[in-house]
Amino acid sequence: MNDMSRLERVVETKNIKMECRDCQVYYGETHAIKDVNVDIEEKTVTAFIGPSGCGKSTFLRCLNRMNDTIATARVEGSFRLDGEDIYDRRVDPVQLRAKVGMVFQKPNPFPKSIYDNVAYGPRIHGLARNKAELDEIVEKALRRGALWNEVKDRLDAPGTGLSGGQQQRLCIARAIATEPEVLLMDEPCSALDPIATAQVEELIDELRQNYSVVIVTHSMQQAARVSQKTAFFHLGNLVEFGETGQIFTNPVDPRTESYITGRIG
Amino acid sequence: MPTLWLVCLLLVLAAAGFVMGRARALASAGGDARTLHSLPNYYGFNVALTSLVPALAVLAVWLLAQPIIVDTRVSKLIPADMVPEGSTIGLVMSDVRRVAAGLDLAVDTGLLRAPEAAALSANERDVRSLLGEVGVALGADVRPEVLAAAQRSRELNHAGRLLMTVLVTGLALAGLGWAYVRTNKEFRARNVVERGVLVLLIVAASLAILTTIGIVLSMLFETSNFFRLHDWKDFFFGSTWAPNFRGDSELSILPLLWGTLYISFIALLVSVPIGLFAAIYLSEYAGKATRALAKPLLEILAGIPTIVYGLFALLTVGPTLAKVFGKGGLLGVEWMAGATSVLTAGVVMGIMLIPFVSSLSDDIINAVPQSMRDGSLGLGATRSETVRQVVLPAALPGIVGAILLAASRAIGETMIVVMGAGAIAKFSLNPLDTMTTITTRIVSQLTGDTDFASPETLVAFALGLTLFVLTLGLNVLALYIVRKYREQYE
Repeated sequence: MNDMSRLERVVETKNIKMECRDCQVYYGETHAIKDVNVDIEEKTVTAFIGPSGCGKSTFLRCLNRMNDTIATARVEGSFRLDGEDIYDRRVDPVQLRAKVGMVFQKPNPFPKSIYDNVAYGPRIHGLARNKAELDEIVEKALRRGALWNEVKDRLDAPGTGLSGGQQQRLCIARAIATEPEVLLMDEPCSALDPIATAQVEELIDELRQNYSVVIVTHSMQQAARVSQKTAFFHLGNLVEFGETGQIFTNPVDPRTESYITGRIG
Repeated sequence: MPTLWLVCLLLVLAAAGFVMGRARALASAGGDARTLHSLPNYYGFNVALTSLVPALAVLAVWLLAQPIIVDTRVSKLIPADMVPEGSTIGLVMSDVRRVAAGLDLAVDTGLLRAPEAAALSANERDVRSLLGEVGVALGADVRPEVLAAAQRSRELNHAGRLLMTVLVTGLALAGLGWAYVRTNKEFRARNVVERGVLVLLIVAASLAILTTIGIVLSMLFETSNFFRLHDWKDFFFGSTWAPNFRGDSELSILPLLWGTLYISFIALLVSVPIGLFAAIYLSEYAGKATRALAKPLLEILAGIPTIVYGLFALLTVGPTLAKVFGKGGLLGVEWMAGATSVLTAGVVMGIMLIPFVSSLSDDIINAVPQSMRDGSLGLGATRSETVRQVVLPAALPGIVGAILLAASRAIGETMIVVMGAGAIAKFSLNPLDTMTTITTRIVSQLTGDTDFASPETLVAFALGLTLFVLTLGLNVLALYIVRKYREQYE
């Protein structure tokens, strides 16, 4: 919010990576997401903000079909990744999730070594032909996850033994090791202290070079700091979607203004 | 006064104490319960418990101790030369107890008056026929010393009972009075009752532990008797199990241990894969409705008595196996002589253990956090990859614990092996042979006419103790592994 320079940023027109139209999500009888239209651009950080229970996490989980694992959830509408409908019968949700990776709210490293945590995805998808290649993938992912220097001497140590911030960066490294095209992050910093949060935010900014990042956050400062586009959700509706600078300084909808100034939440 | 009446009296006193204590507390507060330190009922409970608990404790100890004290004092009356050759003082004492009980009965039925029974002399009346009239049959004529001892024992018992009644009632009244006097609105009855409850809980917990220690000690005692009569090297390192009653038995545990472990191994071979796969299906794949139906159905298996499994082994599994592997069977081989075999017992025991393995594993798999599964699915893993590479490794220590617990049950199982495995102790690798286990040999050594001075009988205790150590070791190992696993998510 105090970062006014964002306004002056050159707004490039980028290719649209994911296109969502008329999206509806129902949990049993509850209509959780209503008529949402969002475009996720390539090499851009898109932030979803809104009060608790407004549906932003639910919508995020639609983007890699994680809602399929919830028996009562029903998704309607069109979600296109590079023009292809991801809810099409022919699409294997398992392969989709390799392209659209996900980082969760609480760090959830597997009870395995740091190396095996990162190598998990590449092994499953057969990305490495031999051990040397796998080593290379793991190192690259850990470097991109800004964790390499801290763990390079103890790759065999259990991932659960790391600190909270390191665990979350490990989970991010694990997610980017499979070379996803889109990375979804569901409140990735809510369990972290300010220092670890700063490290993860820095990391998100770097990831923008290669990926589309979608981040759900409760911290408006965070949304303002890391994202280029912001979507504001309220009660299952997408209220406003646009350039981050514009949303935070000159919102169109009065509800957006109320939320970012702290009057509703 | 019979003990039952005494207990009733104590309960009545306690109930009266409750009402009195409650009333006194209320009265001391001028009828306003809000100025009391504790709720009125706590004052009542305080009086009731102070009256009841010490009295009941003394009663219990007295009832246990009195027969022992009376016995030791009466047995001094029996001259040493009265004990026949090859018998023990215990046999004479049981005669004394029977005569004493007979005299009690005679007095109760009105055949004798109490002073008559006390003054009865063996030389004047035929005590045997007298007691026969009230239904107490004696093996031989009553000797004067035995009668005297019986009379002395009655005397002591009567005195003891009287003393006990007086003491216990007095204690109850004293407790009641003391607690009643202490009751006023400042008294912290709630805290006292709370402490009383704590003591009750500690007593319950220590009773369970003391019983275990008692079992182990009694086994140790009899086992040491056995090793005094029989060479320990033969027991632990011999190779033959051949008890006979001529006194040159070879009593080695090894063939029995082999049979036990072999059958348990087959049982685990059956139950672990089936139970584990069932648990994986139920916890990871099955819908809510399926789970609600299948889980209780599976657990019904756990409620079937083992003797019914034994019948199943004897009547169904054994003959079926014999039809396949036996003489004139489907395979045309003659590997199996009868219906009983290691395989029969092992398979049926395996079926018995399925719900055990599946329900423990199911709990452990469910304890793996959902975030682990989400993480794996979010990376593009399929369900079975997630189960194989994330859920099972995370749950593995717990599953190993479950398997070890199942193993210790298999090792201790008796009925199925009695009916399914046969009775021949031998070393053999053929699962279609009959074999026997430690538990079945304990049963056979201790049933029928037993003489607790011979090694053939006492060996049962040594076997039991070995079995106990074995299963205890497995349980401790299992608990250790399960605990270590728990630390990972906390």
